[in-house]
This record gives sequence, structure tokens and C-alpha cells, in this order.
Amino acid sequence: MKLFGYKLPMMSSLLIWAVLWEIVGQLDMTILLPPLSAILAKMVEIVPTNSFLSAFGVTARAFLVGTGFAVAIGIPVGVLMGKSVLIDRLLLPWVNMFLSAPLTALVPVLMVLFGIGEQTVIITTALFAIWIIVLDTRAGVKQISSSLVEMAHSFGASSFQAFFKIYIWAALPEILAGVRIGFIRAVKGVIIGQLLVSVVGFGRLFELYSANFLMEHFWALLLVLFFAAFTLAEGLGYLERKVDYYAASRAP
Amino acid sequence: MTSQGNTALKTTQDAPQSDIAVSVRNVSKIYGGAIHALNDMTLDFPRGQLTSLLGPSGCGKTTLLKIIGGLLDQTSGEILVNGKPVDGPGPDRAFVFQDFALMPWATVIRNVAFGLELRGIAKSEREAVAEKYIAAVGLSGFEKQYPHELSGGMRQRVGLARALSVNADVLLLDEPFSAVDEQTRRKFQEDLLALVEHEKKTFIFVTHSIEEAVYVSDQIALLLARPSRVSEIIKPDIDRSISPDALRRDPVYLDTVERIWSSLRSYVE
Repeated sequence: MKLFGYKLPMMSSLLIWAVLWEIVGQLDMTILLPPLSAILAKMVEIVPTNSFLSAFGVTARAFLVGTGFAVAIGIPVGVLMGKSVLIDRLLLPWVNMFLSAPLTALVPVLMVLFGIGEQTVIITTALFAIWIIVLDTRAGVKQISSSLVEMAHSFGASSFQAFFKIYIWAALPEILAGVRIGFIRAVKGVIIGQLLVSVVGFGRLFELYSANFLMEHFWALLLVLFFAAFTLAEGLGYLERKVDYYAASRAP
Repeated sequence: MTSQGNTALKTTQDAPQSDIAVSVRNVSKIYGGAIHALNDMTLDFPRGQLTSLLGPSGCGKTTLLKIIGGLLDQTSGEILVNGKPVDGPGPDRAFVFQDFALMPWATVIRNVAFGLELRGIAKSEREAVAEKYIAAVGLSGFEKQYPHELSGGMRQRVGLARALSVNADVLLLDEPFSAVDEQTRRKFQEDLLALVEHEKKTFIFVTHSIEEAVYVSDQIALLLARPSRVSEIIKPDIDRSISPDALRRDPVYLDTVERIWSSLRSYVE
């Protein structure tokens, strides 16, 4: 973007907001919003502590296992829905329902079913991520040209080979988009799970900080979480751009 | 000279069974219980020759090709390849697609070797075979390119090399040149003739271009629609030893084109 003939560096809008934040914080208008500089100082202070690192470890593990399940189940289900009209008709209403459902409201039910522990946090995380992965994979598979499928069939591909050598690759741009959005939703899912279920990891820290009005701590944690999610999304976005070269050239 | 050589070869191996590579026996295809795409069709494809399926759209020529390729199931009747009935795709047949059907995420060499990759042949071995056929279709030096970096004609050469590399007896070509421009198309037809000569395979070629069919075929099956049937089998008696340009002005060539057009015209009108 250019302003008065000068090329603005990327994320310069963030700078404006940071300055504004600092001013409002320094004016001491509300206890809820400490100055940004104080928050960053607090971040440097708490990140290396043991309690923070172990909370990060617990959260990261639940996140990775949950999203792992979401990807491992979501992609095959999406492929099946894209391939088979019958399975699609059967599952699509549920996928759409859960995609828009307030999953937070479901967490107490999950607690009854799976107990109060890490298991439920992981399932919550997976539930936040999986639906959009299913839906995007399905969309990707639906646009695969039928001749590509016929080609694999005519050269003797088994259904297993067709899945790994044709469907996954032909739908990869959509699958990656689904996984990226799914991961961002899973960040929400893991924290909500930890807040509501077992009060461990970042969830426990959030609860601790907000209950004691430790707003500098609270904001520092939120910024760490934001950067983690941002880095993940950018990483997947990078992969998406790498397959861009054929996303446009797939249609016959 | 070449045609003499061919006749000599044919008389020596004139065993009636091995002379026919693909045999279509009373094949019908009915879509949705009502639409007759093919109606009791019987047709033989001589070994080592190029047979064209020519006809207006809707005559069922692509349907027939897909049934021979095992990509569609016939409603009744049977397909014999080398005397054995077939059901579904098999290593004895290879398909060339109208829209090329290349994997856009794979290089030329991987696309060409894909049939062998599916059969679990080791990478070095299948790439050696692929390279041979990439050279045979004139694409040497493009092995590491991706399909979107190639022109339409070059993409179809990749499709052809892929079909050749699995070493099937029968090659099924579904309007392979319809998506490439006219100059490329002519060059392609000439190369195809050389390939038929050189590879000793049976080619079944679907086209809606009369000139193309007469130019490349040993035998033309003229199909008509509603009800779909083989209306005529034409064997263009063209001396193929003359140059391509002379061939396109050859009176036999022009007469055959004219004859087919007059058959089709009565149908169109």
C-alpha cells in the first residue's frame, strides 16, 4: 500500500494500533487495558518461567493431538463425501449443523461422555477443527475432473492408490485451506476446552489472570497465543501458495 | 514399398483368431433404462491397424470406446480382447484422453511413468521406460517440466507417451487432437501414422473429423445415431508411402472424404 507516494511496510497498520494502545494505556483510563510496553515487558518476564512453559507444553500437546485427529479423520471423510453421493447426502446435514453449532455449549455433554480430563480437551479441539476440514476437502474433491479419476482407473489404480495418488493431490489446495481455517478454530477449541473442562495449561493461566485482574499477564498470554496462531496460519498459507501453480490449471 | 511389406506380413500370420485384436459382440448400452447410447453393436478391430470410429455427436462412439476401455459397463453383449472377454480396465489396453488427464502436480516424466508406478515398478526402471517414450513422442528435454508449462499439443504427447509406456496391445484414443490447434493437429496426425507403423499396436481412434479419419485410418467404422449402429466400414485404399502433403491432395484420399461426407450428409439433413 502507498500513502503520499511512500510505500508502507507490511503490517504498518499494526504499528498505529500499537501506538494508540500505548497512549490509552498510559492515560490509565481503565484497569482492563495496561500500556502495551508494560504488557511486552511482562511477556518477556513470564514466558521463560516454568509454570508458563509447562502450560504451553500441555496446551500444545492437546492442540497437536486434537488437530491430528481432525486431519486424519476429516480428510478421508471429506474425500468420501466428495466421491459418493450417498455418503454425501447422509453426512452433509450433520457437517453443516456442527459447523455452525455453538460447540462451547456441547462441552458439558462431552464431559459427561468422556470425563474431566485431557481426553475431553482433545475431543473439543478436534470438534472445533474437523468440520471445516471435511467441508473444504469435499469441495476440493467435487471439482476434480472426472477424466483424471478415469485415467487412474484405466491404468489400474486401486481405490487406495486413487486416494493417495489422485484425490489428495488434486484436492490439495482446498484441503490446505480447510486445514488452515480448522487450525485457527482449534486454537479457540483447545483454550475453551481447558477453561471449561480440566482447567489446565493456558486455560488455567487465563482463568488465574482474569480472576485476579492481572491484566498485564492476561494480555501477554493472549499476545503469545495470537502469535502462535498467526505463525501456524502463515505456515499453512505458505504451503497453500506453493500449490497455487496448479490450483488454477486443474480444470480441463 | 511399405504397403507391400505390410501385406506380406499379414498373409504370413493370417490365423483367423489372432488377426482380430478387439471384438465387440452385440454390445448395447442403455442409460437410465431409456436412453439407448449403443444398440446391439458388433464390430471387429484388426490387429496392428488403426481403426477410426467416426460419426456425428450422439452416435455413441465415445461410449463404445469407454466400454472397450472398461471405464463403462455395457448393458449387454461382450467385449473380447485377444479372444478373451474383458470386464473393467486391464493392462492389455491403454487410454488417451480428450482433455489429456495429466496430473498437474507431477512432472512430465512422472506423468508418463504413472501407469508403471501404479504397477509398483521401481523408480529407476519405470523412468528409463518413460524416457524412451518421451523421446518417441518428441518431448526429450521436457522431462522435468510441469503440464501447465507445456502447450496443448505437447500435453497430449505426454498423454500418448503415458499410454505407450505401459506396453498395452491396444491403444484407445478419445478425440485426442480435438483440444489442440490446427497446425499441431496436422503434425500430430503425421506422427501418429509413424507411430502405428513403428509400434505394431492396435489403435482405436475416436474422431468427428472426416479428413482426420481418412488420413490416419486403415479402417473407418462409420457410426450413426438414433438408433446407434455401424452404418458402413470403409477401408481407405491410400498409398501411404507418398509424402504427407501429397497424400492430402491424393485423389483416393479426397474421394474417400467425399464419399463419407455424402453418407453423412443424408443423415444430417
